[in-house]
Amino acid sequence: MLLLIQYTLMFASVLMLVALGGCFSEHSGVINIGLEGIMVMGALGGALMMRTLSADTPAVVLLVLVILAAVLVGAVYSLLLAVAAIHFKADQTLAGTALNLLGTAAATVIVKALNSSVDSGNVSATVQYIEQKKAFLVNLGGFEFSWFMLLAVLVLIGSYVLLYKTRFGLRLMACGEHPQAADSVGINVYKMRYAGVLISGVLGGLGGIVYITTGVSEWKFEYGVAGFGFLALAVMIFGQWKPTRIALAALLFGLFRALSNVYTGFDLLRNLPVPSAIYNMLPYIVSLIVLAFTSGKSRAPKAEGIPYDKGLR
Amino acid sequence: MKKSFWKNKAVQSLAASLLCIFIGLVAGFIVLLIINPAGAWEGITTIVKNFFYYPSAAARIKYFGSTLVKTAPLLMCSLSVLFSYKVGLFNIGAAGQYVVGVGACLYCALAFHLPWYVCLLAAVLAGALLGAISGVLKAYLNVNEVISSIMLNWISLYLVNMLLSTVKELASPYTLVVNSTSPGSVLPSLGLNELFSNNYVTIAIPLSILAAVLIWVLLEKTKLGYELKATGFNKSAARYCGMKESRNIILTMVIAGGLAGLGAGLFFLTGFEQWQCTQSSVPAMGFNGIAAAFLGGLNPIGTIFASYFIQHITSGGAYLDKALYSAQISDFISALIIYLCGFVLFFKQFMDSRAAKAEEKAHPAAPVQASPPADTDTEEGGEK
Repeated sequence: MLLLIQYTLMFASVLMLVALGGCFSEHSGVINIGLEGIMVMGALGGALMMRTLSADTPAVVLLVLVILAAVLVGAVYSLLLAVAAIHFKADQTLAGTALNLLGTAAATVIVKALNSSVDSGNVSATVQYIEQKKAFLVNLGGFEFSWFMLLAVLVLIGSYVLLYKTRFGLRLMACGEHPQAADSVGINVYKMRYAGVLISGVLGGLGGIVYITTGVSEWKFEYGVAGFGFLALAVMIFGQWKPTRIALAALLFGLFRALSNVYTGFDLLRNLPVPSAIYNMLPYIVSLIVLAFTSGKSRAPKAEGIPYDKGLR
Repeated sequence: MKKSFWKNKAVQSLAASLLCIFIGLVAGFIVLLIINPAGAWEGITTIVKNFFYYPSAAARIKYFGSTLVKTAPLLMCSLSVLFSYKVGLFNIGAAGQYVVGVGACLYCALAFHLPWYVCLLAAVLAGALLGAISGVLKAYLNVNEVISSIMLNWISLYLVNMLLSTVKELASPYTLVVNSTSPGSVLPSLGLNELFSNNYVTIAIPLSILAAVLIWVLLEKTKLGYELKATGFNKSAARYCGMKESRNIILTMVIAGGLAGLGAGLFFLTGFEQWQCTQSSVPAMGFNGIAAAFLGGLNPIGTIFASYFIQHITSGGAYLDKALYSAQISDFISALIIYLCGFVLFFKQFMDSRAAKAEEKAHPAAPVQASPPADTDTEEGGEK
C-alpha cells in the first residue's frame, strides 16, 4: 500500500510538472505536442549530469546541478518549437511531432555515442545512475520520499500565483485568448509566446528527469518516455487548463499509472484473471474515457494553435 | 505577364522539399563529424548509398527490392497521414492503425490460415475501426484527434502483443513465420520476385503505388474529395453548404485508418519480418509516414518518392559501422526533415517575394496593380 502511494505521488509529480508546462504554453497560444520530446531531452540532460558527477558529491549540490541540467536542456530544446511556431508560423502540431521524434532519436544517438566512446564494445543507449539517484531520496520508515515531490508542490503553487496573481500571467493568458487585443494595448505577443513555450520547456525537462528516476536506476533512451508527455497533455485537458484542477487530475492519472507498476503487490488484484497488459493499458484507456467526457465543454485558450500575424488585426 | 519560374507552385514544393533533405543531410553529417570525424564522410555516404553499398549488381538489385518492400507500408502510412491532413485532421494514429493492422492480418494468417486477400481485408478493417474510434470521438465529443490517437497507439500496441502471443514461436518472442505456417496467406508476387531475385518482392509494391494514385483521384477529381477538403478548410462553411461535417470527419478517419492497416498487411504478409510480441514501443512506421507525407509536399504522387527516400536512408542507416555510429542517425535525419517541413510555408513565401522582386527589376515600369494583392499581404506578414 505504501508502495502504491509512493508511486502514485511520483507519477503524479511528473504528470503535474509536465501538464503545468503545457498549460503555460497553451495559455500563451502555442500548442505544445512536443512535450514528450522535451521530457526526453530534459531526462537526457539530467541523466548525463548524474553520470558525470561522482557519487560522493554532496547531495544538495548534486540535486541542484541535475535539476539545472534538465531544466536548461529542456528549455533550449523547446526553443526549436518556439522559433518554428512563433516566427516562422509553422504548423504547431507538425513542429511538436517533429520535436518528439527528434528527441528520442537524438537522445539515442548521443547516449550510444557516449557509451561507445567510453567502452567500444558498449553500443547500448542506457545510462546508469544507481548511486547518484540516492541523493534525491529520503527514507521515511519504508516510504521513499523524493525531493521531487516537494518540488512539484512548489511548482504548483508558483504556477498558480504566476498565472493568476501577476501581471505577467494575466498578460500571458491574454495572448492565448485574443492576441490582437493584447497587442493593441502594447503587450508584445511574440515575447509572451516565447516565454510560454520556454516555461513549458523548463517544466517538461524537469518532468523528464523526475520520470526516469522513478522506480528505476537506469534508463534506455531508445524508449523515450513511453507516451508520458501525451498523458500529461490529457491531464492538462482534463484539468481544464487550470493549475489546481491539473494537480487533482495528475493524482488520478498517477494512481492508474502506479497500479500497472505495483498491482502484483495486492493479492486481490493479482488473483483477478486479468493479464498484465491490461494494467499497462489502463492509464491510456482511462485518459481516453476521461477525455471523451470532458472535451465537450472544453475551456481551451481560444487562440491556441493559430500563429499570430500582426498584419491580420 | 509571364510567370517567373520560381512562382510555379510545383517548382516551389519540389525546391522546398529538396532544401529540407539537403539541410537534414548536412545536419546528419555534422552529427557524424562530432561523434567521430574520421569516418563521417564515409558514414553519410553509406546512408545515402544504401544498397549501392554492395559491389555486385545482383546484390544491389536484391537489396533495392528489400528497400522497396519496406517502402510499401511507409507509403501507405504516409498516404494515411496525408489524406487526413487534407481534411484538417492530424492522424498521428497511423502508427496505431498500422499496429492493429499487423495484429489482424497476422492472426488471420497464423491462427486460421486464411487466404491472403482475406488477411489483407482484415488488416484494412482493423485499421479502419481504430480510425473510426478517433473519428467518432472527434466528431461527437470534440476530443482532440492527436491525443486520442496517441492513447490508442499505446492501447493497440499492448492489445496486439497480447493477441499475437497466442501465435508466436515457442522459444522466441517472435510470431510464427508466415511463409512456412500458412503459404496461402503470403501475397502473390506475379514474377516480381524473379525480377528482383528477392522472394519478398510481391504485388504489395504496385498495389501501394496504385493506392497513391487512387487517393490522388479521390482528393482531386471526385465530389467526395472536394467535400472532405472543404470540411477541412472551413468546418462551418462546409456545414453551411449542406455538407455533413461529422460524417466527413469520421469517414476521413476510417479511410485513413484503412490505409495504414493496409500498409501493415502489405508488409507483414510478405513474410519479410516477424512481429516481436514483447515490443515495448510503437513501430516507427506510422511516424515516418508523417515525414514522408510532408516531404512529398502533401501530394500523393510526391509522397511516393518521399516515402522511398525516407526508407532509403533508413535502410542505409543499417549499413553504418556499428562500432562508430548508431543506426538511429537515420531516424535523427528523418525527424529533422519533419521539423524542417514546418518551415516549408516560409520557404515558399520567401521564393514568392524573391520572384516578385526579380519581376520588379525586370519590368521597372510595370504598374503596381499587376502584382497580385496576396503577395503584398504575405510580405507584410513576413516582415516581423
